[in-house]
Amino acid sequence: MAKYKCKVCGYIHEGNKAPDVCPICAAPASDFEEVKEETADGKKKGLDRDSNVYTVVYASVMVVLVAVVLAFTSQSLRTFQQKNEENDKRQQILRSINVNVSANEAEAKYNELIKEAFLVNQNGEKVEGDAFAADVVKAASEHEYPVFVANIDGQKKYIMALHGAGLWGPLWGYISVDSDKNTVYGADFSHQGETPGLGAEIAKPAFSGEFKGKKLFMDGTFKSIAVVKPGKSVAGQDYVDGISGGTITSKGVDAMLFDSLSGYVKFLTSQN
Amino acid sequence: MGLLSNKNKEVLLGPLSANNPVVVQMLGICSALAVTSKLEPAIVMGISVTAVVAFANVIISLIRNTIPNRIRIIVQLVVVAALVTIVSEVLKAFAYDVNKQLSVFVGLIITNCILMGRLEAFALGNGPWESFLDGIGNGLGYALILIIVGFFRELLGSGTLLGFQVIPQALYDFGYVNNGLMILPPMALIVIAVIIWVHRARNKELQEN
Repeated sequence: MAKYKCKVCGYIHEGNKAPDVCPICAAPASDFEEVKEETADGKKKGLDRDSNVYTVVYASVMVVLVAVVLAFTSQSLRTFQQKNEENDKRQQILRSINVNVSANEAEAKYNELIKEAFLVNQNGEKVEGDAFAADVVKAASEHEYPVFVANIDGQKKYIMALHGAGLWGPLWGYISVDSDKNTVYGADFSHQGETPGLGAEIAKPAFSGEFKGKKLFMDGTFKSIAVVKPGKSVAGQDYVDGISGGTITSKGVDAMLFDSLSGYVKFLTSQN
Repeated sequence: MGLLSNKNKEVLLGPLSANNPVVVQMLGICSALAVTSKLEPAIVMGISVTAVVAFANVIISLIRNTIPNRIRIIVQLVVVAALVTIVSEVLKAFAYDVNKQLSVFVGLIITNCILMGRLEAFALGNGPWESFLDGIGNGLGYALILIIVGFFRELLGSGTLLGFQVIPQALYDFGYVNNGLMILPPMALIVIAVIIWVHRARNKELQEN
């Protein structure tokens, strides 16, 4: 037996369905709603939903359930994510040698062009380790720097990893040099969260393209490449125009090039 | 009750205009400013929020009679956080580029007031199907505003839509310049304000004295 309550006058009718017309106020059946008997329900289950035990047990069960679901999702998607991350990295490395491919072709093209990948230390000597899997920031703190050697039309190109800080978050990128280990062949920059339309423009080919042909060394000393305000110039080293309105990001790129490439100086000046 | 009775239609379609979460209830403004400088992230953000609100509403609605009253906000937060994490993982696996663009804002769906508002105000007192419709309606209402704002900001700020150039080169040759200000957050606020203005002008009953 269910109870129905008239929404207009509050009359409570007992029966299997709402009455056609309310005997008090003559409201139609559509104005009746079923009264759920919460108290009887609660007693039947024998649970006091306001008790501390119920609250604690509820919270614990919920947290464990959620943890299981999240762990499962994370595990089942891990391989896809890893593949995406690796292909993204391959795309970045390929862009630094002016090869632009889509994510699903990145692996094949990478394997075709990149002949060698190794880590070097600050003395320019090769050390043990996997250059592709290495975390650039962590490796640099141990004075190990990844180098990728690409072979394009019989020419050797050396690709080096960069990392630095922009306005809102980290910047990173790859820069490639010709076999003379001095002339820049190409560059690619990425960022985590620079301002769209301003600092974020460093990721565009219009910016990274400026680096082609610039020299890292002047008269045998390492000078890096300066990023300057458009229209300004610097004496004694090669420079490119920064991004208007993205001054701090541009300075970040400038510092990133100098700091990251400093670690490669011995490698770049060695003859092998 | 039919699947789409009048009441349910109202639940689904109300948030698109008369009860829009962004321009009427003023919820979720923060993310509307942050992800609308381009159209594509705005669309993805709209879809993500719609999915999260709809499913969070259904889950909360299903367990609404078991939730201890004293920790109901925490329960809601855990459900939302779990769903957002799943959305973020799925995006990372299948839409990596978009995930990179949205960066932190996917995680910040958790703090979107629309979610907690709908869970508190609707899902706790209604059945799963109505709650699902309510979630879809509110998510789409949010997405709609994001897409309108993203459309104007990308068009006027970069001259492109979804990355394709739509303003012809000839116009630039005449001296037309993209309005860089459109890309910055302040203009998002102004665009939203203009939308609210137009919306209120057309819906007299929303005007306050």
